[in-house]
Amino acid sequence: MQLERKNILDMASLSVDEISTILDTADSMKEISQRSVKKVPTLRGKTVVLFFYEPSTRTRTSFDIAAKRLSADSLSISASSSSMVKGETLIDTARNLEAMNPDVIVIRHSSAGAPHMLARMITPCIINAGDGMHAHPTQSLLDLMTVRENKGEVKGLRIAIIGDISHSRVARSNCIGFTKMGAEVILSGPRTMIPKGIETLGVSVIHNVEDAICDADVIMMLRIQKERQKSFLFPSEREYAKVYGLSNKRLKSAKDNVLIMHPGPINRGVEIAPEVADGPYSIILDQVTNGVAVRMALLYLLAGGTRNADTD
Amino acid sequence: MQILIKGGRVVDPGNYNGMADILVEDGKIVKIREGKGTKAKGIRQKSEGRTIDATGKIVTPGLIDMHVHLREPGHEYKETIETGCLAAAAGGFTAICCMPNTNPVNDNSQVTKFILQRAMIADTVRVYPVAAISKGLEGTGLCEYGDLKDAGAVAISDDGRPVTDSQLMRRAMEYAKGFDLPVISHCEDLNLLAGGVVNEGAFATRMGLPGIPNACESVMVMRDIALSELTGSPVHIAHVSTMESVRAIRAAKKRGVPVTAETAPHYFTLTEDDVGQYDTNAKMNPPLRSKQDMEAVREGLADGTIDVIVTDHAPHSSIEKEVEFDQAENGIIGLETSVSLSLKLVEDGVLKINELVEKMSTNPAQILKLENGLRAGNPADITIIDPDRLYTINAENFYSLSRNTPFNGREVKGKAVLTMVGGKIVFEDKIR
Repeated sequence: MQLERKNILDMASLSVDEISTILDTADSMKEISQRSVKKVPTLRGKTVVLFFYEPSTRTRTSFDIAAKRLSADSLSISASSSSMVKGETLIDTARNLEAMNPDVIVIRHSSAGAPHMLARMITPCIINAGDGMHAHPTQSLLDLMTVRENKGEVKGLRIAIIGDISHSRVARSNCIGFTKMGAEVILSGPRTMIPKGIETLGVSVIHNVEDAICDADVIMMLRIQKERQKSFLFPSEREYAKVYGLSNKRLKSAKDNVLIMHPGPINRGVEIAPEVADGPYSIILDQVTNGVAVRMALLYLLAGGTRNADTD
Repeated sequence: MQILIKGGRVVDPGNYNGMADILVEDGKIVKIREGKGTKAKGIRQKSEGRTIDATGKIVTPGLIDMHVHLREPGHEYKETIETGCLAAAAGGFTAICCMPNTNPVNDNSQVTKFILQRAMIADTVRVYPVAAISKGLEGTGLCEYGDLKDAGAVAISDDGRPVTDSQLMRRAMEYAKGFDLPVISHCEDLNLLAGGVVNEGAFATRMGLPGIPNACESVMVMRDIALSELTGSPVHIAHVSTMESVRAIRAAKKRGVPVTAETAPHYFTLTEDDVGQYDTNAKMNPPLRSKQDMEAVREGLADGTIDVIVTDHAPHSSIEKEVEFDQAENGIIGLETSVSLSLKLVEDGVLKINELVEKMSTNPAQILKLENGLRAGNPADITIIDPDRLYTINAENFYSLSRNTPFNGREVKGKAVLTMVGGKIVFEDKIR
């Protein structure tokens, strides 16, 4: 299996075939993490830089573990420990990193398009680990993998994504990823959190949450940030939980074997009730497990082991 | 010395629109003779001097760009008064108005005089300073308009920033009227801006960029129209970009409010989609809007709602532009591309050539009360345009110190080939 590209920047630029290749590779990578010795030599001698301008635990750890399980050398740089604090520009920092010959740069940045700028200006492979409100392709890929694993296929499923769509790169990438793979995506949330023109991504908007989750195969809840109250997006966590939060009661209109997902970190009792997050339909932690497999697959496909990971 | 401009099509709205010869002597226009450009009817060169063959060219009163940022004093690495004037001359402009958001701000007569002094040394095109409405552009106190006018300011504006305080805007309009100084308003509601960097809509949503709604501009346009009605003072709306603004201005003009308006070539040429993959050279404020807005701006130009075409020439270096999109400074340069892009309006049938000249010369002169027009006795401020010249815009050849244009590499038709200020040729295209 091969991927004829240098960068993973967003879901919009990946083809259906490429996504399938990545998911198939991730399926085969998953087994490595279940061994007692969780390491293969596939990317020995390759260098992976984790360049995180924005706080992250889950994604950075996931990439770090993925790199290490493939024997790549990985190192983390955060904005606070980089020369950014001395006023160096993103491009200059990236060019300096490039001069040390890394194979892959994984970047998270609060500005939409920052990974695209790096991809234009430097030679190492770039993986977008989240850029502003724009894209989070590795999250979308792990979500696709998790749904496919549980449902057999993504095509024909009804996926409801509920919450602050406006500020969510996960929502944007999943709108594109799931529709591309043949699912129907329904968005819901307060009108203040539904961005203009989102329908152009091929999704539909149903403002009433009960209607949005009716007959859903998958419900994905998004994190509600308390700070958004300051920009008048919602009045209180209390009212949000009441009107838009996912409770067991509200879950009843969904399909019997519905899957509950959340990109994390979750706000218990706000967008999702604890009994739902911990309940039988929740695959929230499966998402995290699969995150490692997807990131192993991407590192493998980009940094190019010539050998198939399965045979190592 | 005499200069004879011979055989061109002279377009001076209200005066000429046809073949004519123009004789210039000692910096002034001395004679214009209409005719079909035949030797029999035209003017003949008498004394020693130069004859410019304008056959196939359009000869207009000097073009005026009433919205330019020259960056001096304070940001001379982006543009100086000298380089800005050279860029203006190369773009066919004989006069430009420079906005006050320099460092220090042009909010007192000393800065105004400094600008005029630098312009005199540059000795290229005429520079008319626009002074600030409020001290330091901070929106808290009025500047000394009387003093500023005496020093040479031709208008007032807090351009780059809106006047948020409606009471301050009201008083500025009233007070400025006493000095016959037009007020130019940068219309923007900063609360609605809310950190936006591109037009709000499907494009912003897809790209994950915070959007700026049309209402961010139009609510302030409507406010300023209301204040103009209240005070009876004229107001000129800067860089109109939205359909709603065009409608509001059209309705206000209809009921006799003394409002005028301008737009810039990028608003009638490009849309939000031209931001593409986060191109910071397509980032400006107001942002590139939707196709619908672009059409509305073109309609506004066609029916006279929008009086003036400006460039909003806003030079920035790579330091401000080679950064993350949301952190890049707003603005693009325009002096050296405006004529070519605006001529497209004539080709597209939006404007007739004389209407275009109105919007790039006659109307700005009228709003700012500047002398203008091809009449015997007037200073010889003349632009010659080759409407058929095909070329590719190449930012590397610009006289401007900056290169921040989304039009680099664009194929265009029509170009200013000669610019004359007070009888002196300040720019002449080398390719004849």
